[in-house]
Amino acid sequence: MTNSIKSSTDNTQMNDSIQQKSTVTITEKVTKSLKKRHRKEKRFKIVGLLAVLFGFMLVLTLITDITAKAIPAFHQHWVKIDVDYKSAWLNIDDTAAATQLTNQMQTANYRKVLRNSIYQMFSTGAEKKLTRQDKRQLTKLFSTNAEFTIKDKLIAKPNYINKKIELWVKLDDDVDSYLKEDFPLGEAGLRVSKKQAEWIAKLSTEQRIDSRFNLSFFTASDSREPELAGIKGALTGTLLTMFVTLLLSFPLGVAGAIYLEEFAPKNRWTDIIEININNLAAVPSIVFGLLGLAVIINIFELPRSAPLVGGIVLTLMTLPTIIIASRAAIKAVPPSLREAALGLGASKMQVTFSHVLPQAMPGIITGGIIGIAQALGETAPLLMIGMVAFIVDVPTSILDSATVLPVQIFLWADSPERAFLAKTSAAILVLLTLLLVINITATVLRSKFEKK
Amino acid sequence: MTKIMKSKLTKTVLTLSLTAAALISNITNAQNSSRDTITAVGSSTVYPFSTVVAERFGKNTEFKTPKIESTGTGGGMKLFCSSNAINTPDLSNASRRMQKSEFDMCTKNGVTSITEVLIGYDGIVVANSNTAKLMNISLKEIFLALAKEVPAKDGSEKLVTNPYKLWSDINPALPANKIEVLGPPPTSGTRDAFAELVLEGGCNQFSWIKAMKKQDKSKYKEICHSVREDHTYIEAGENDNLIVQKLTANPKAFGIFGFSFLDQNSDTLQGAVINGQGPSFEAISDGSYAVSRPLYFYVKNAHVGKVPGILEFLTEYTSETAMGEEGYLTDKGLIPLGEEKLTSIRKNVLSLTPLVLTE
Repeated sequence: MTNSIKSSTDNTQMNDSIQQKSTVTITEKVTKSLKKRHRKEKRFKIVGLLAVLFGFMLVLTLITDITAKAIPAFHQHWVKIDVDYKSAWLNIDDTAAATQLTNQMQTANYRKVLRNSIYQMFSTGAEKKLTRQDKRQLTKLFSTNAEFTIKDKLIAKPNYINKKIELWVKLDDDVDSYLKEDFPLGEAGLRVSKKQAEWIAKLSTEQRIDSRFNLSFFTASDSREPELAGIKGALTGTLLTMFVTLLLSFPLGVAGAIYLEEFAPKNRWTDIIEININNLAAVPSIVFGLLGLAVIINIFELPRSAPLVGGIVLTLMTLPTIIIASRAAIKAVPPSLREAALGLGASKMQVTFSHVLPQAMPGIITGGIIGIAQALGETAPLLMIGMVAFIVDVPTSILDSATVLPVQIFLWADSPERAFLAKTSAAILVLLTLLLVINITATVLRSKFEKK
Repeated sequence: MTKIMKSKLTKTVLTLSLTAAALISNITNAQNSSRDTITAVGSSTVYPFSTVVAERFGKNTEFKTPKIESTGTGGGMKLFCSSNAINTPDLSNASRRMQKSEFDMCTKNGVTSITEVLIGYDGIVVANSNTAKLMNISLKEIFLALAKEVPAKDGSEKLVTNPYKLWSDINPALPANKIEVLGPPPTSGTRDAFAELVLEGGCNQFSWIKAMKKQDKSKYKEICHSVREDHTYIEAGENDNLIVQKLTANPKAFGIFGFSFLDQNSDTLQGAVINGQGPSFEAISDGSYAVSRPLYFYVKNAHVGKVPGILEFLTEYTSETAMGEEGYLTDKGLIPLGEEKLTSIRKNVLSLTPLVLTE
């Protein structure tokens, strides 16, 4: 390198001496154009930097906006109520034998216990008897899940029967949103009436209301009550679906790429296959959903809504991406490597698997991650195969009904209840985190292969 | 030699893939014959109500929580009517009544015994931000504002491309703002209902168009159901929450969506008074609010007894605590049926009286 520069400067000096008499020397010309070229370079650098900054700012705005909206979803207001486990309200015969008692506890009337306990709390003292309207408004303050909290508690501790117990239950999502928006105590707001606001103020001054970390967002499944809804079901569904996708698409894609790049003869057929693969990468994803419905569900009769079917459909979608990226990575391995190995007497198989593949692995992994990340955010093809659904039970196998995170986000975003807005943003954050984890794993894997 | 090897290879691949297919179908057959979860498909408008019942049903009984898919009314009907096989859905939600053509499709595929369940009503509102003036409008005026072609201003029986730019062009009493309405796209059930109830309702105010219904039905439908395409009616996607957010940002715009969204956002939005009556729970329930539609779901009778819990699910759905005047579905924005109607429907449903559609 340095030699060639030296020789070129020598050349210019020589030229200088020859053309000394011309008005503009070449050195002057070069220095002049050099300035211009440097300016050009600087301008390009600035534009590039601005583009990066702009992109970065957009991402930052997006994430701050989502995070700000998601914050309310991570905490939840609870309220302490005095539950009166009267056997008459429960409709339990408390003189019955212990075994019978546990049976009765399963089917007891906990709704009545909840309601009467609440009415009891608010109709004592200076306040008058509650009207029918009051009672309705009062019960609306508490989550519909409160009766199940009460039930679980009694079943865990059967000796609570006929006792008055202090118990923390969740507040309704309307009240929860109201408390999160910082209305002045006792003032009506959002979907809380003046009377309800006064009750809340009373509970608040008695220090019966507490804001806690919303653990159930991670441990519960979908629900139509925002205060109960969680992402466990959707997250499990996503992991199962991605597991199937990864298991199918990665080996298939890499094998296809290796065959096409290293073994396949170069003729018209392979050309046609190549064009087809490139075209498939651009096919709208919903088309793969239709294919899944027609072939996988209708012909092979696999169950609707199952992560197995979702995984297969997403595999079809990601395969072209993985094949194209893997082929590019394999192509980039210098031919000298192959020739050297072949020259030493290695078979084609040995060359491919012990020399070419390790070299191409970083690129292949990048392609795989791009494919998986694409599949992670898909909803459209899943609509056709029944994964856009309300599913409460957490899937335990790839044949159970399941939904995935982006679908959960879509369904929550479409719900009328206002508290789902925060849940939607929180679920988006979880999805982004998942994506980040996958990307980091890929980077770590890649650097490991690159070191080798 | 190579030819033989090749054919051998093809054979092995073929047998392998066949065994895989057989294995997979074995798994599913085992699964399908013992399906223990009720599955429902259909309308995204009925989805919020059916899911609430499903969730409660799952919590209160020994049965698994039913799976409710949101596929849209038409898509749901196709799946529901495809056959009586056990892997087809048991229930189908619908934001309108089952059509004769769909009923025929069902019959053709062997789904002959269907129970219809009317669950209640849903109002459709034309709402704007409550920082703006409350609109007082008639169905006829909405038709004139949004139809693609409207009767000429001179009162002759001639159709012209919609010339109205401002609300006040239609009626001087309306605000002098640009007509700007955000609404659902044609794929939505809400849009169907809007066209049927609002636009057609306004359309019928012109007696000569109404008379056309008997003579040339398709022409009548074209006039009454076509929405203008000059960016006065903006299709805002299926997501009603999006419309709500856009309305608060732009007080001059109006939005069309289901009553439950207005109910949830009554602190920022107000529903226009239509034909002298504003949208309220009571007004929709007693029918005095002009734009409300019935919501249904359909039951495949052949699956009752095969999939556990269907009858119990129907009992829960039609119970007083769910569909009643003060039931939990009303908290979610469903407008309940009257007590009398509920009793008769409950009786029909629990005895699985098959639907007969004639037209």
